[in-house]
Amino acid sequence: MSEEQIKNLETQFEARIARDEKIEPKDWMPEKYRKTHIRQMSQHAHSEIVGMLPEGNWITRAPSLRRKVALLAKVQDEAGHGLYLYSACETLGVSREELYEQLHSGKAKYSSIFNYPTVTWADMGAVGWLVDGAAIINQVPLCNTSYGPYARAMVRVCKEESFHQRQGYEIMIKLANGTPEQKELAQDALNRWWWPSLMMLGPTDAESIHTEQSMKWKLKRKSNDDLRQQFIDQTVPQAELIGLTIPDPDLKWNEEKGMYDFGEINWDEFWQVVKGHGPMNKERMKARVGAWEEGEWVRDAAMAYADKKRGQKQKQAI
Amino acid sequence: MSDKKNWPLWEIFVRSKNGLEHRHCGSLHAADEDMALENARDVYTRRSEGVSIWVVESKNITASNPENNGEMFEPAHDKVYRHPTFYDLPDEVKHM
Repeated sequence: MSEEQIKNLETQFEARIARDEKIEPKDWMPEKYRKTHIRQMSQHAHSEIVGMLPEGNWITRAPSLRRKVALLAKVQDEAGHGLYLYSACETLGVSREELYEQLHSGKAKYSSIFNYPTVTWADMGAVGWLVDGAAIINQVPLCNTSYGPYARAMVRVCKEESFHQRQGYEIMIKLANGTPEQKELAQDALNRWWWPSLMMLGPTDAESIHTEQSMKWKLKRKSNDDLRQQFIDQTVPQAELIGLTIPDPDLKWNEEKGMYDFGEINWDEFWQVVKGHGPMNKERMKARVGAWEEGEWVRDAAMAYADKKRGQKQKQAI
Repeated sequence: MSDKKNWPLWEIFVRSKNGLEHRHCGSLHAADEDMALENARDVYTRRSEGVSIWVVESKNITASNPENNGEMFEPAHDKVYRHPTFYDLPDEVKHM
């Protein structure tokens, strides 16, 4: 194809997206669109998969059967969400093996929030309430993104995600209304998860390198700073309602703007964790790679069994 | 890893309730059709979204090419006489 032809196709392509048409797997698309989508969708899928680890940590120690079934269901949903997203990603011509390889080798990123440890039961509350809360704010606009398989996967994810946040907040309510020790656990979890949750919505707009192109492709509908503000404005009253204090001395309601002003985010910490120096980066990858490697014989056995069954069927047919 | 060892890809279709058609809802990897059905149940029907599942190995699907959409679908565009609104009726005929 000549350069002019490609330019032409690109113009038509951008016009389709501007008209809110969806792009489907076999449609022509610019290479950059394909690459950007593989990167974002796979990062998203990896985040779901690695996101199971900090919560899986507490399944066996959940304080009641009610909490245990809820946590199990939530972690299972995350596996499901990872699978929806991987399969959506594969429609762009990348294989599952390549995607796993990128995660395991450290080439692909996942959400930095999962590189923090879950040290008490209250962390299950804070993760559901704050981390899933921030994730929902990030994800809802993606239900209308331009790439069909991604948008459809996100519709399913968002439908399922709302129970995640509610179950987390319910844990926080219970603890906040419990004994002084329990309330202390809840406050401590909020103290540790608040700032990482704000960082989860991404670098400030000035630092965000992909924003402009992503807005055009509807991979992003609102800027990181707008999403962060939305998260803060919605979460602060929820904390107040259950008598917990947001760990930010600069946080205060700005009457004029109709939103909260908040303190400076420690972006050095964010970039440190992104670069692999968070408290749990090594541990998470070790667990993930370990699960993959130790599961190899199971995958091979299943494949060998499937081959054997196929062989028997063929023999019977003769 | 060699190709032989990798679980193939399956397309999953779910009927949400009797009376409705099976609809494509995504794909997954599985060693064989039985495992594909079991995995599809866990991945796509965790909240009673289905009463019936079809699994088809992805390589068995033949798809039309969007680049040929012109010759494939455009011939139908100028056949307005296939639609009821093409036909003129007196206003007195309320429903037909």
